[in-house]
Amino acid sequence: MNETKTKPLTNPTRRKFLKYTAAATIAAPYITSVKAAPTEINMLAWYGHGEPDIVGAYEEANNVKFNAKYYAGGDNMLALISQSPPGTYDLILSDAEFVLQLNAAGYIEEMDAAAYNFDDMLHDDFKQFPGHWKDGKLFSVMVRGGHLGVSYNKNAMTAEEAMSYKGFWKPELKGKVGHFDWHLPNLGMMSLQNGNGAKLWDLDDDAWKAVQETTMSLRSQVGGFFDYGGTFNSLKNGEMQAMCGIGDWITGVLEKDGAPVASVIPEEGGIQFTESYSIGKGSSKQAEVQKFIQHMLTPEGQVRSAEMAAYPGFCITKGGLALLQETNPKEAARSGQVEGAVNEPIRLINEGRIHYRDIPTQQGLEDWNDFWSDYKNA
Amino acid sequence: MTQANKKRRVDLYALTWRLPIIVWQFLFFVGPLVFLIAMSFFVVKNYRMVETFELASWERILSRDYFWSSYLYTFGMATFATVLATMLAFPASFALAFKVSANTRRWAMFFLIVPFFTSYLVKTFSWYVILAKTGVVNSLFGYLGLGPYTLLNTWIGTMVGFMTLVLPLLVLLQTLSLSQVDKNLIEAAHNLGSGRFRTIFNVIVPSAKIGLIVGALFCFILSFGDFVSPYYLGGSTPQTLSILIIDTTKSGNQWPRAAVVAICMMVTLFVIAFTSIVFAYRKPKS
Repeated sequence: MNETKTKPLTNPTRRKFLKYTAAATIAAPYITSVKAAPTEINMLAWYGHGEPDIVGAYEEANNVKFNAKYYAGGDNMLALISQSPPGTYDLILSDAEFVLQLNAAGYIEEMDAAAYNFDDMLHDDFKQFPGHWKDGKLFSVMVRGGHLGVSYNKNAMTAEEAMSYKGFWKPELKGKVGHFDWHLPNLGMMSLQNGNGAKLWDLDDDAWKAVQETTMSLRSQVGGFFDYGGTFNSLKNGEMQAMCGIGDWITGVLEKDGAPVASVIPEEGGIQFTESYSIGKGSSKQAEVQKFIQHMLTPEGQVRSAEMAAYPGFCITKGGLALLQETNPKEAARSGQVEGAVNEPIRLINEGRIHYRDIPTQQGLEDWNDFWSDYKNA
Repeated sequence: MTQANKKRRVDLYALTWRLPIIVWQFLFFVGPLVFLIAMSFFVVKNYRMVETFELASWERILSRDYFWSSYLYTFGMATFATVLATMLAFPASFALAFKVSANTRRWAMFFLIVPFFTSYLVKTFSWYVILAKTGVVNSLFGYLGLGPYTLLNTWIGTMVGFMTLVLPLLVLLQTLSLSQVDKNLIEAAHNLGSGRFRTIFNVIVPSAKIGLIVGALFCFILSFGDFVSPYYLGGSTPQTLSILIIDTTKSGNQWPRAAVVAICMMVTLFVIAFTSIVFAYRKPKS
């Protein structure tokens, strides 16, 4: 009997060892490629939108993979797109006020309006959001929103004090008022404090000067200017007792963690941030992107968005709201997404207390930014 | 061949060894610097840079009060950080160079390098726990019946961050420099009746002058350009030039204006570095 034939695999000859190794090496790529490679979708979004809690299940079910590039602020988003060749981003999440500029610059594709169920939207404004349509053509679809107002530590301010931006000037809060470091929401709030209401972004010279004076008068109260992480930390460790420029999108995360913080929409009014999806110009994966946007408008997608770990938002569809109330009544109640809640998003909009965030109409963004730098150095 | 011609001939051997650093400097310093200077004359239209030659960004930045107040604050903080770090580092470096065994010095050097194993950003965030109103420092003050004091989001927070960044490096550089001082000179000074402090300031410091100045220069450069500490521990109030650069690019994609600020920072550092090196290598008057 030939001895090599009976030699067990656990103790192979040198020749057999080389043969098996070569066979395994050649076969390895075929074994691993039994499952088709996922379609990669390049996403440009605020932090959190490409994380597993939002896209994980969708990726698994649809064999796609999201490559998220995160930005902070609409200017930053526009800057990133302008520096990239067409087709770099398949899916763009934008603040609604910047959709107009995305469209004007030709950075986004026209979308198929018939593909989205606008009838399920909770508010008529969401169907025809400013800037999302041009000449009857759809360029962006709203997927979520959130309200900005007075964010505060409940141990330092009462809910009544927080019902006015005047609360920021409370003497006991000296050095403990923080700013989210972006001029747009902060100066918008100062404009509301000045009583500009619906014209908060449309300021003539006198009104703009008055907004600057009001803002400057707050400077002595201010303890710091923070990005997302800094805002989060300073509210959590109590260094800042009130925060201007944010809302439930930050305090909501802390509140769920047990911190004594909250956000309210003051009597002078609040600001809505609106997040919308667009398809990037030149994307070769428009069908896949459309399917994902459709998914985000389903009740399941809306609930995931409302519960987003990075920062919560409110549902914008009836189906999403109903499912949230059914599956997570605690979060629905906390975020005011139940009938009769004082901070119910749709009721606040209907009462005229919410103004959609926009960019200044009579000044340039750089004028606002210039003043913001002045303010930070004052 | 004459001697002069021999000298004029390119020494290929020497050039081969020099070439990598020359290429490196051109690719990663001179090239980007030229682009940075050119970019400061560009303009931004619809969030896109347009290549042109206009002085608009220079006029805009240099005419703004916030630029100058940021500049003075940044310069002042970097200067203070340099003086403070030098004063804090010197006793430790002196002890490591002259008062401990070679073995202890090696271990100390190792532990001075260890902080660089961790990300500066992580170290900065860890100061939150220590400096917060409810943090470690204020708890200790509390036992003494003092405080709580506001340490975060102040210049004190920024300075703590700067020290975290520069102090280990400065102690290392100073120790290496002081270790090179000729011990015979110190003994000679003592033999001639020089007291301890006089020996330090008249013999040791002048002997280690170059290393001490280079260490201080590094300290200034790192503090002057740091973004992390002023932003996260200083609360961006007031803002430094690095934060101003970030703000400028964030709003309107104004890279040309950011380039102006960056060039002003580089010119400042160049002047400081040049002056320091001249001072360091200046021969004492005989």
